[in-house]
Amino acid sequence: MSLEILATLATAIALLIGAIFTLVGAIGLLKFNDSMTRLHAPTKVGTVGVGSLLLASVFHSFANGSQSFHELLIMAFLFVTAPISANFIAKVNIHKQSCPEPPAPPQDDNWSTLNVPEADRIIFEDKLS
Amino acid sequence: MTAALRWVLPHPFLTLILTIVWLVLQNDISAGMIVFGLILGIIIPWGTSVWWPDQPRSFKLGKMFSYGLIVVWDIMVANVQVAWIVLTRSNASLRPAWVIVPLDLRQPEAITILAGTITLTPGTVSADLSDEGHSLLVHALDTDDPDAVRDEIKQRYERRLKEIFA
Repeated sequence: MSLEILATLATAIALLIGAIFTLVGAIGLLKFNDSMTRLHAPTKVGTVGVGSLLLASVFHSFANGSQSFHELLIMAFLFVTAPISANFIAKVNIHKQSCPEPPAPPQDDNWSTLNVPEADRIIFEDKLS
Repeated sequence: MTAALRWVLPHPFLTLILTIVWLVLQNDISAGMIVFGLILGIIIPWGTSVWWPDQPRSFKLGKMFSYGLIVVWDIMVANVQVAWIVLTRSNASLRPAWVIVPLDLRQPEAITILAGTITLTPGTVSADLSDEGHSLLVHALDTDDPDAVRDEIKQRYERRLKEIFA
């Protein structure tokens, strides 16, 4: 019985933490005024927000006596895919020049996003104008 | 013998991960499920081996495990830090900066893990790779010293990844 209460308590705490972090992520997304800084709030706060909510789901399933580990898979896939989408949004920002231009790399010619072949560059600039 | 084993298991870690994913999906650890998971874990890497041309020559699982623990801890700390910045700092007082991390790592797998780690940890997002892969472009949310951020990434993560893939 006391174990059940403990699991319910853990569920509530995990839900609360997850909800707070998700809210802070949403506030950050709205508050920041630059497309690159905006990217920071959801990538970090979002992962732990959702992770904590999923942890609550695990605790809840243990409290009910039906052990479930599916949430661990969701968490693993989330942590693997979140950086990829953040990377793509950052690349789009650099490509559309909607952020301060990054300094040139010390060794190579250019950043790969900006390294557009001459022919494609003309097409892209035509579309912009 | 090893050649035969290599032919059956071109990617042993992929086989292991697929089997574990299958068992977790089924939510049931029984002999039948383990066998079926192993069958899937052997067939899927075999059928998709065209898309896995190379694999890292060496990979230290124990060191990767401790690296994972460090990263999970850093993610928690990063969350509190970023949440604090979001709630208390005004936009005008924020000092975002580009940070360039020169890479010593050469394997694509190691660079991918490093870039993912940077995105998940304190106030940094990895944005781009230079065209020949010698440096990584990182965006820092709030820093007064970009060089310190670069040194910390190199010290804390890249050095460990170099040991894992050494």
